[in-house]
Amino acid sequence: MTGTVTERIQTEITENPVMLYMKGTAMFPQCGFSARVVQILTHMGVPFKTANVLEDPALREGIKQFSNWPTVPQLYVKGEFVGGCDIVTEMFQSGELATMLTEKGVPHEAAA
Amino acid sequence: MAMPAGEIEALIKAALPDAQVTIEDLAGDGDHYAATVVSAAFAGKSRVQQHQIVYAALRGRMGGELHALALQTSAPV
Repeated sequence: MTGTVTERIQTEITENPVMLYMKGTAMFPQCGFSARVVQILTHMGVPFKTANVLEDPALREGIKQFSNWPTVPQLYVKGEFVGGCDIVTEMFQSGELATMLTEKGVPHEAAA
Repeated sequence: MAMPAGEIEALIKAALPDAQVTIEDLAGDGDHYAATVVSAAFAGKSRVQQHQIVYAALRGRMGGELHALALQTSAPV
């Protein structure tokens, strides 16, 4: 993995409290799983930045090696890998996502 | 690019002999599955770690041959 991809990822997840690596964009997700995570974050009123791995094959592979996680989407909060669609959904439904965001000082509306 | 459910179960059980595995074919295309895996190996581990154990058991097929695997993991209660 080229140094630049790792450095880019490290920078992005450090500079952006909530960073989502996804297929497509928040406006036009190109994968059901990516779309679901966008919906959850939007529903919770969490400001987040996205990166479209479909535009950058090096990023698409680099992100999987970075987190040792074989799929996209991948959600990072305050530089920490939270999980993919399943885990984010499970955490949202159980209220853990709201708790974690609060603990990490990330603004959000109270989960429904 | 598809994978039979039996092969997924066999791979998981090879890595986690005590695992109780149930697999559901979501789309009938051999590419989109939901699986629940219960194993003592997950005890005390975060969800990410638990899922990584299952992905390791699948020896690199996850994300390639196997496009989607909705995972529910837990330690035996």
